[in-house]
Amino acid sequence: MLIKEWADLENIKDKLIVKQKLNKDGKRARITVHMSTCGIASGANDVINTFRHLLKESKEKNIEIKTTGCIGICSKEPLITVEITDQEPIIYEHVNEEKARQIFHAHVKNGDILSEYAFVRGKESEIEERLKNGGEILGQQVVDNSIKAIEEVPFFNLQERIVVRNRGAVDPYKIDDYVARDGYKAVYKALKEMDSDNIIDTILESGLRGRGGAGFPTGLKWKFASKSQTADKYVICNADEGDPGAYMDRSVLEGDPHSVIEGMIIAARAINAQKGFIYCRAEYPLAVEILTKALSQARAYGLLGNNILGTNFSFDIEVYEGAGAFVCGEETALIHSIEGKRGNPRLKLPYPVEKGVFNKPTLISNVETLANIAPIVLNGSEWFAKIGTEKSKGTKVFSITGDIVNVGCVEVPIGTSIRTVIEDIAGIVEGDKNIKAVQLGGPSGGCLPVKYFDTILDYETLQQLGTIMGSGGMIVMNEDKSVVDLARFFMQFCESESCGKCIPCREGTRQMVNILNKICEGNGKKEDIDKLEDLANVVIQSSLCGLGKTASNPVLSTLNYFRNDYEALVK
Amino acid sequence: MKEDKNLHDYEFTNDQYSQLDEIIDKYGKSQKNLIPMLEKIQQILGFIPISIQERIAQKTGISENDIYGVVSFYSYFTMKPRARHRIQLCLGTACYVKGGKEIAETIESMLNIKQGESTPDGRFTYEEARCFGTCGLAPVMSIDGNVYGKVKVEDLEEILSQYK
Repeated sequence: MLIKEWADLENIKDKLIVKQKLNKDGKRARITVHMSTCGIASGANDVINTFRHLLKESKEKNIEIKTTGCIGICSKEPLITVEITDQEPIIYEHVNEEKARQIFHAHVKNGDILSEYAFVRGKESEIEERLKNGGEILGQQVVDNSIKAIEEVPFFNLQERIVVRNRGAVDPYKIDDYVARDGYKAVYKALKEMDSDNIIDTILESGLRGRGGAGFPTGLKWKFASKSQTADKYVICNADEGDPGAYMDRSVLEGDPHSVIEGMIIAARAINAQKGFIYCRAEYPLAVEILTKALSQARAYGLLGNNILGTNFSFDIEVYEGAGAFVCGEETALIHSIEGKRGNPRLKLPYPVEKGVFNKPTLISNVETLANIAPIVLNGSEWFAKIGTEKSKGTKVFSITGDIVNVGCVEVPIGTSIRTVIEDIAGIVEGDKNIKAVQLGGPSGGCLPVKYFDTILDYETLQQLGTIMGSGGMIVMNEDKSVVDLARFFMQFCESESCGKCIPCREGTRQMVNILNKICEGNGKKEDIDKLEDLANVVIQSSLCGLGKTASNPVLSTLNYFRNDYEALVK
Repeated sequence: MKEDKNLHDYEFTNDQYSQLDEIIDKYGKSQKNLIPMLEKIQQILGFIPISIQERIAQKTGISENDIYGVVSFYSYFTMKPRARHRIQLCLGTACYVKGGKEIAETIESMLNIKQGESTPDGRFTYEEARCFGTCGLAPVMSIDGNVYGKVKVEDLEEILSQYK
């Protein structure tokens, strides 16, 4: 079926809402297993297979098994949601085969909730509605209020969901699930009710800045890319999430692929591009599989390909699998990689918006940036600009890991303090070691000590302190961890990922690793610290691309805030 | 550059060669398809030695130099055959902070090889991987694609014993 009119989108939505209602067609219960890479790695496959087996054995026809992506809190995986007609959904954590069996017999079949295995009651996608109704959903009975309601859990209630708006609510393998959450309505609006200038102005006025790291205004980039009159232009989604410790892009790609595809179609319409690529890293095989499937479903609905929605606009997208090179996250290196070459970066003039893939104007945006586009077009720039700080609008997704309780992806308004994210949302292990520092922004970022935890998360504030927002990786360390060792880890990473094209990066990082090895092994002298600092500055000033220009940041920030740690290691 | 003489000496079956030629014909002669083509070829052969690179060059007209440049640049490609089982230890930051280094040292001493090497009996290849993005389970290790989360040093022996 081809979608051409607004009514077509509405029809799909209406039909699906009816279909998803329990107690229609005799359906009485639904088990949803949340299956992203993190869930599968924790055993979600065994869990879903157990449920399928039990269902077959019981010969019950009125129970449905469904899947969605990660619901954000990876450390509680495998997670499942059990829904029974007219009752509040219950989310169970750390489910295994044995618990699955018990849950099936007690809760699914007999309605007896196993509160000892339960995590929360209620769904994340219904938090706003629950809050409006005093913590309930009309028509859903609260069966066991000894279990915490989802809106009472800081991990969920301190978040603001724009990018991850559909997590846990859509099956990434089903485009109808996305349409039912008002998906592709923004494409409809952009193609049928707006022209290129309208779209670009909307994005400009929203104040959205690129979420890949540097924070360049997205609308401005689109404006530059729209200027060129050539027929061949490209839109690229940079899904080469190479920062170790960052996985929010994986979470979005695996959980809600259409949110990225929709953003790309709107971008293509704004700059008049005909062809798009999603450059995805090879380490994310599930994301590649899900994206490929999502693209073919979008094509079948006429949302990609020739004459989208029956208009004269045509655009199609291809998934391009990277082959393992951190530097390919850098735009110019990524361009060379798509052309089938070594991923060496080049000087950034001309910019890719003038001369990109195959020397044609190319707009490159990160996954998270693109996932923001549809809600902005649908809800308007003013809505978006109300969230965030004066200079940085909207939200940012962080992936938080390290010495904390709740490891996962969290989306908070820009301007939220580091303390809120680490202490309230992530949670510090009680009775454990004291927290020493947080590392932000991966190998291009820096380390901040606890005394800066009241700092707000926005581009400029973090930069002033010698770190960056970057892609959003946040690693919390307790006092047992050595920041010098961590700096060495990042330096080794940059050394091994340096493409080798320019000498400051290739040789500079190598020498810095040598010095850091010497210091960490107890053979360093006081002068080595100064030498390290000098070299760090040379590498920053003289490297060709972003990798080398930022490779020293972990070293400089730790030297700045934790110089004593270095001095304690040298003679 | 260190050149391993053996890189030229591998033999493949006629069936493998015909599969290889089929892939080359499918992807055509344009350099823009080189990386996806090499990915497919490595899936079939397991690795891409120099002799295969020469064959690709002859059939596509892409220079050997360019092909070698690409194969040697990306960590996905290897010019050496891998052992029966492939251990990939994630050394992303979260895994590192959560004790990945000790795991790495233990594996190296248990198997008596360094990262990137294979055991002489052809049982294990040990590699360090970049972040799998499953930091919630740090430290993470994958063997033949089976992911193990929250790995402890004392669990390693039992995990490895499952792979003969």
